[in-house]
Amino acid sequence: MKLQKATQFALYSVLELALDPERQLSAGQIAEKYGISNNHLAKVLRDLGRAGLVESTRGVGGGYRFSGNVKRTTLLDIIELFEDIGAQGAEAGDRGARTDVGRGLHPVLNEIEQIARATLDSITIETLVSQIRRTMEREGEAGRAPPLRLVARAAK
Amino acid sequence: MSSRQTRRAGARPEEIRVRPLMPRDHRAVVALDAANTGMAKPHYWKELFADYGRRRSSRFFLVAEHAGRLVGFVVGEIRAWEFGSVPCGWVLAIEVDPGTRLRRVGTMLIEAIVARFKSAGVRKLRTMLARDDLLNLRFFRSQGMMAGPFIQLEKDLV
Repeated sequence: MKLQKATQFALYSVLELALDPERQLSAGQIAEKYGISNNHLAKVLRDLGRAGLVESTRGVGGGYRFSGNVKRTTLLDIIELFEDIGAQGAEAGDRGARTDVGRGLHPVLNEIEQIARATLDSITIETLVSQIRRTMEREGEAGRAPPLRLVARAAK
Repeated sequence: MSSRQTRRAGARPEEIRVRPLMPRDHRAVVALDAANTGMAKPHYWKELFADYGRRRSSRFFLVAEHAGRLVGFVVGEIRAWEFGSVPCGWVLAIEVDPGTRLRRVGTMLIEAIVARFKSAGVRKLRTMLARDDLLNLRFFRSQGMMAGPFIQLEKDLV
């Protein structure tokens, strides 16, 4: 499944931050780890902030931390902030969709879309973070990217 | 049993016991299913009790109880070589009293049936769900389950 860059950056950021909701990371640290543009990521983080999934603290030791609900937020919730994955269906005024070929083709495209949506909507951040933690524990420190340095602990 | 009664009971995971189905559980299983699905299916369950209630090495019907009351159940079976599949443990049904959710009852039931499947030499767990059954889809995902290599196909017979 090909997602737009902003969507991928959002998924990376949310999952990285949700791995430790107490941890604050700067946009630069996330951008460096995932090899993405700092400017593009800053815009994505702003959108995630508006959606209540991350919050930022300014100043020295500031950064972003996860502020959503890991049990309630699914991959689909994040993706739909940035793109419409249900865009394969026939649109109003699509002459092709009304042809014999279109009537044969669109049910198949809809089937793919429904499976994709069901899959993404069934995976919560909590589920994926648990899976990532299990993999990290299994593999230990070997063979994976170094953990991001802690910037600051959020005040409780 | 109503959700409120169970919530008042405050079932803690360590107080919940998973054990094989017994005849005295039948009415509570039928009632829990009717409450969860909105459809009473006594005849269906009677057949299932007969087929899965007897202790066999390939069919399992386990219940979770708290303070002597049934708060969930799981039904499963080991099936082999259908659709070219190696033997695997199928979860055919799992239900938890809504008032006892988020207390690991479902997880305990899955762990219990997985232990039986593993004792029987099975190394794969499988189930099938409706695409829009998000509650159960999310539960099974939380257990580490992912889409398998099979695709279910169907058509209307007219």
